[in-house]
Amino acid sequence: MGLTITEKILREHCQNKSATAGDFIMANVDKCLANDITAPIAIEVFEEVISGTNVEIFDPRRIILIPDHFTPNKDIASAVQCKILREFAKKHKIINYFEVGRGGIEHCLIPEQGLVTPGEVFIGADSHTCTYGALGAFSTGVGSTDLGVAMASGKCWLKIPESIKFIYSGKLGEWVSGKDLILYTIGKIGVDGASYKAMELSGDVLSRLSMANRFTICNMVIEAGAKNGIIIPDKITSSYLESSGFSFGKSYISDNDAEYVDIIEINCNEIEPQVALPHSPANVKTITEVNDMNIEIDQVVIGTCTNGRIEDLRITANILKNKKINPDLRCIVIPGTQETYLKAIKEGLIEILVKAGAVVSTPTCGPCLGGHMGILGEDEKALSTTNRNFKGRMGHISSEIYLASPAIAAFSAIKGYITSPQLN
Amino acid sequence: MKGKVIKYHQTNINTDLIIPARYLVNIEPDFLASHCMEDLDPDFITKVNENNYSILVADSNFGCGSSREQAPIALKASGIKYIIAPSFARIFFRNSINIGLQIIELSNIDDIKTGDVLEIDLKSGEINNTTSLHHYIVKKQPAFLQEIISDGGLVNYAKKRLI
Repeated sequence: MGLTITEKILREHCQNKSATAGDFIMANVDKCLANDITAPIAIEVFEEVISGTNVEIFDPRRIILIPDHFTPNKDIASAVQCKILREFAKKHKIINYFEVGRGGIEHCLIPEQGLVTPGEVFIGADSHTCTYGALGAFSTGVGSTDLGVAMASGKCWLKIPESIKFIYSGKLGEWVSGKDLILYTIGKIGVDGASYKAMELSGDVLSRLSMANRFTICNMVIEAGAKNGIIIPDKITSSYLESSGFSFGKSYISDNDAEYVDIIEINCNEIEPQVALPHSPANVKTITEVNDMNIEIDQVVIGTCTNGRIEDLRITANILKNKKINPDLRCIVIPGTQETYLKAIKEGLIEILVKAGAVVSTPTCGPCLGGHMGILGEDEKALSTTNRNFKGRMGHISSEIYLASPAIAAFSAIKGYITSPQLN
Repeated sequence: MKGKVIKYHQTNINTDLIIPARYLVNIEPDFLASHCMEDLDPDFITKVNENNYSILVADSNFGCGSSREQAPIALKASGIKYIIAPSFARIFFRNSINIGLQIIELSNIDDIKTGDVLEIDLKSGEINNTTSLHHYIVKKQPAFLQEIISDGGLVNYAKKRLI
């Protein structure tokens, strides 16, 4: 019986060389990630695990610590948490600690820095760690205790997931992007439609998608409950890694006779831009339907880990060029990393955004989780390129979050209600 | 073990509801407990304290969303010893196993109501609702996870077996 790419990677990383889907393993971990929200507990767990022993961090080069959620610090309490991170990184000589102003949002920064390659097992104390499956790694979100134990032992318990194969075929419409494909998919299968499973994403549409779009898609597989999302490395993967000067790692493919618990074929020809309505990423409607609802918005957020890459900013700036943000709303643009921010400056994108009346923020998760940099007040509505729109997530419990692509968000920021270029 | 139920018959209770992000600035369990479930039910902690509820019953995909371990920590510190639901989101599931918060998968929760007193015997996999007289059989966790649970959580497991 053949194996999926997910089974192969995990089998390679454990002692049981006949392990397959359904088996529990103690996996050898290539990389461990935590941020300013999750690291304080992970660090406490690490100290507790090693106390009374001579054990040290299993490999400091494999630990990645990124303060990005409540940074630049939103209050004293978050400054205290970041200090814990900072001092731990210094004490244990963790080179992959990215201080504020020297890094960015973890799920944009890590591929940019070449810190994940095909075939790796990457665990992160953040649910959107699944992002790096776009590079053909097994990449999954875990808890702080998992992370603390992994830092000491280099190991993480995992159950090898069954896989669902998604085949995206046809052709994408003009304004349809990776964000729309994943929203469409989550709308189709529900927030637990891929619960505990690997979402293996394939098809000729997928094979033509840029890495930025692939990261966006994999970023959101957790919103369908998936353990990981994964795209088998191809020319686009290798060209991305080569152009950045990074190693290609170990590339696996799924066998032709690999077993899938389900195979879902999606014809992309008729897919319109999608919008997830409050309060679930699965509450998805087409832009045509949403346009007819005439939803006026108070705030637009463009960027963050889902859609904060240079390609997303280019799309945004292209739409906002020589235009003005609607006077009744605020538009907040958040580049994913300092490098992206600099590129955007050099390409003249930031000037376009500021002249249009948008706020351009330093890289931060900020408003996505209701931290800072754009909290919603009572009854306010936001359209956002982030990945989650649970009730009250961006601010007041009565506020509402709609999720969409950068193109839809930028255009709606001009119009003042949720709509698309094609409908105007 | 005998305990009283507090039930929220809602699917997809996510970790933003269990512990909102504005409280992720302090990892003290008692602080987190004081704000547990605040955006879902502002009276949760009061109800739990006044009635000695120790069993939380909810509908499917409990704990979905963010990986924040502060969510099961808050629930455990609030006095909840067991969570019963048809299904749990994967990161919440593993966090609960890791910190020693007992989670039980039970597909039909319709007959259980707030205030019911349940007798839970995880060794035999039986739950007895002493209030409604319903009886449930639950699947035991796989042997691999039983080891982590019986060690009292992942920290003890790791100290004993991994380092």
